[in-house]
Amino acid sequence: MDSTPGIKKEINLYLKVFGALAGLTVLTVAVAYLDVGIGLAVIIAMILATTKGSLVASFFMHLAHEKKLIYLMLVITLVSLLALFFITFGTIGDQVGVEIVPEGVSSGVH
Amino acid sequence: MTDHHHEEPFWRKYIFSVDHKVIGIQYAVTAMIFLLFGFCLMLIMRWNLAYPGEVIPIVGKLLSEDGMLTPDGYNSFGAMHGTIMVFLGVVPLAVGGFGNYVLPLQVGAPDMAFPKINMASYWTFFLGGVCMLASFFMPQGTASSGWTMYAPLSVIATTGETMWLVGMVFLITSSLLGSVNFIVTVIQLRANGLTWMRLPFFVWTQFVTAFLLLLAFPPLEAAAVFQIMDRVAGTSFFLPSGLYVGGEVLNVAGGGTPLLWQHLFWFLAHPEVYVLILPAMGIVAEVIANNTRKPLWGYRSMVYSIIFLGFMSFVVWAHHMFLTGMGTTMAAFFQTTTMIISIPSVIILSALFISLWGGSIRFTTPMLFALGFLPMFGIGGLTGLPLGLASADIHLHDTYYVIGHFHYVVAPGTIFALFAGIYYWFPKVTGKRMNEALGKTHFYGSFICINGVFMPMFIQGLAGVSRRLYDGGSTYLHAQPVLQWNEFMTIAALGLFFFQIFFIINLIISLAKGEKVSSNVWDATTLEWAAAPSPPLPHVNFEKVPDVYHGPYEYSTNSGGNGQPDFTPQHKKINS
Amino acid sequence: MEVPYTVKPRPDTGLYNAKIGVWLFLASEVMLFGALFSSYILLRMGASSWYVGSEALNVPIGTFNTMVLIVSSVTVVMAWASLRMDDLKKYKMYMGITILLGLVFLVVKILFEYLPKIDHGHVPSEHNFYAIYFVLTGLHALHVIGGLVLNAYLWGPGTKMWETEPEQFTNRIEIAGLYWHFVDIVWIFLFPTIYLL
Ligand code: HEM
Ligand SMILES: [Cu+2]
Repeated sequence: MDSTPGIKKEINLYLKVFGALAGLTVLTVAVAYLDVGIGLAVIIAMILATTKGSLVASFFMHLAHEKKLIYLMLVITLVSLLALFFITFGTIGDQVGVEIVPEGVSSGVH
Repeated sequence: MTDHHHEEPFWRKYIFSVDHKVIGIQYAVTAMIFLLFGFCLMLIMRWNLAYPGEVIPIVGKLLSEDGMLTPDGYNSFGAMHGTIMVFLGVVPLAVGGFGNYVLPLQVGAPDMAFPKINMASYWTFFLGGVCMLASFFMPQGTASSGWTMYAPLSVIATTGETMWLVGMVFLITSSLLGSVNFIVTVIQLRANGLTWMRLPFFVWTQFVTAFLLLLAFPPLEAAAVFQIMDRVAGTSFFLPSGLYVGGEVLNVAGGGTPLLWQHLFWFLAHPEVYVLILPAMGIVAEVIANNTRKPLWGYRSMVYSIIFLGFMSFVVWAHHMFLTGMGTTMAAFFQTTTMIISIPSVIILSALFISLWGGSIRFTTPMLFALGFLPMFGIGGLTGLPLGLASADIHLHDTYYVIGHFHYVVAPGTIFALFAGIYYWFPKVTGKRMNEALGKTHFYGSFICINGVFMPMFIQGLAGVSRRLYDGGSTYLHAQPVLQWNEFMTIAALGLFFFQIFFIINLIISLAKGEKVSSNVWDATTLEWAAAPSPPLPHVNFEKVPDVYHGPYEYSTNSGGNGQPDFTPQHKKINS
Repeated sequence: MEVPYTVKPRPDTGLYNAKIGVWLFLASEVMLFGALFSSYILLRMGASSWYVGSEALNVPIGTFNTMVLIVSSVTVVMAWASLRMDDLKKYKMYMGITILLGLVFLVVKILFEYLPKIDHGHVPSEHNFYAIYFVLTGLHALHVIGGLVLNAYLWGPGTKMWETEPEQFTNRIEIAGLYWHFVDIVWIFLFPTIYLL
């Protein structure tokens, strides 16, 4: 088992990560109230969410130092996830006679 | 070893057992019953195709008052035939049955990595099966929109559809539990010295299959939840705006897309066809190596091929959707990937053919079935190529040609391989051998009949006869020249049924008083035969954990003269 | 002969069985939520009208719940760290807080989001926006419930294992933690995509 001082250091790290996550959450909400247009808003929101997700995964789930095998399995998963996302979008986007609704339209109804 | 054997109560030993061998048998028996049931549904449908509107013999009175199969009944039976064969028959037998029983033995493990989860996997599967069967007793019958359950038809269909979706969620959960178990078992519980390139090919196929199940099934689970919501909560995930049903606009919010279902369904279902075929290839490889008394030719390239095949199977799915209005860019993409994915299949098939070269072949029953598999799978695969080319598929899509194609792969292909597996591992499970004369009758009869059932489908399909027609095309002008085949195929199907009786009888009498045989009847090299008694010890499998020193197929390692064995078991220590 | 490597790692992989098992399970969960997200994007791109999340949904409540889950992620990792320092008392405290936070999340979600929405007639069948909202957050909530049951077991009756097999018990907490963090990550993506965009 790991030594106690080592774990104490880890706990310190966890608290720092928590600070970062809290800050980023506030930022996410704040940005949403700026009127930057939907395209940019999506990009910013995804960058922030990915950063937060990676923080949780790297430190709380200690992926930052995990065994090679786990990485391998996650890479395989990622490949099939990307296939699911992008090939589906590509196919629907390439559909004859189907128009992808341009960005602006997605705002309010009723 | 201090193995204190406390006797387990009956229910723990045979019903809620955590022993992978018992679970494997439970899976196999359940799956075989489902296979028979699915086959019977199809026989009734085939009768109607040959003699539309005539009374069905024997079971007619159960189907309707006047003893005929109604058009709605035909749709129900068709949908359930497909569902039962794929999800409750072949996969549970190939993966749940053979995988569970054989895989831990072949890697030298005492059990699966998570025995309790393994048990949960079987019982979730069982619940899923009960759901599917129960739907036959719903007021309006079972699901009836084909095994693909395309929206929006499925959304507005009868209540049995909801049961189908719930059953599917159970089945998905079950295979998820199973695949986690398989992968961890292969990675963690391999015996000492059993390196990746010493794994029997069967283990490799199960390993890749488990990954396909793990990653491809969840999107269908998502889709099933969406469809349940569409049916139960009135949402419009798969319903476009302004959909007319029976002359009236459907009263829903709309704004959904039926294509979404197709994408999520085929994202699973293409990998699923490899789930159907890979374990079959694994079984055939084992049987061929053992009965030619030769190492497999090109073992390594076969392994790399199935890994490549596993990856590729995630990027070809929309070749089932060429006719959904796909543009040329994506059509070109899917044609290309489809052609590429056929390469590894060809490599594996060629390697198996070449393995026969120069072998001193023992024509045992399992070997006959394995030999039957090779050309049949070849026909199935080759006829898939035109389907993968968009321009040809425009003509062939949704005709009997497609039905012929995939049945060649799964029926004389996979099912024959599964028979090979049953005949091959029966002595492992029972310590007795199946009767050869009955077995050979079973093989030759089935081989002839099954070709009689499926070969004419190519002819009908090329002539443009659509699938899923209640009357087999008799009201269509263009179908008239090929209509006479309907009766031929039905008679062949009845013949096929007749020859399965030999198998069932063989199973029963071999169980009761089959010829008792030694632990390693086939003189096999792999651990399940060479290192464990037949049947293996409950729970622990091996008397002593084997260490492995050899590759999987070291046959003909010496001349076999002087009463020496002609093979080197994987766990035999090299004395130097 | 027992199943090997249930507690100690296998030398060549450096991992014990359940660790690989839980990551495989999470891999399949990634595909599940991946499919849900991609369906959401497709439906939205194809729809002729859509709601703006920040106008239709309650952002302050969503933000509050985001914070609740993040804090619970910290406490569950602290629970694991406490066990590794042989401190069962602290473990009980942190795990207890984690469970409470999970409950808070669910209660807030139901009382201040689902029920008022349904009261105002914003049911799934009204528009695909609400359909997506209810299905995605509903499935996430089911995952929270699953995690709660697991954590409650490990906090209550499951703790007995600490006396007999401390190492295996610590592993279990690690596994439960990994799952709980994953549920948190899903929410981290759900919140902006549904509530804010
Ligand atoms: C060797 C390479 C293969 C190729 C190039 C291929 C190609 C295709 C294509 C393009 C279709 C769609 C036809 C259409 O609907 O118009 C199809 C259908 C089908 N294939 Fe294959 N296939 C191959 C192997 C397999 C294997 C190994 C299996 C299963 C064990 C299989 C099972 C099926 C099934 C079940 C369908 C029908 C789906 C439905 O109900 O619409 N195929 N195949
Ligand atoms: Cu396909």
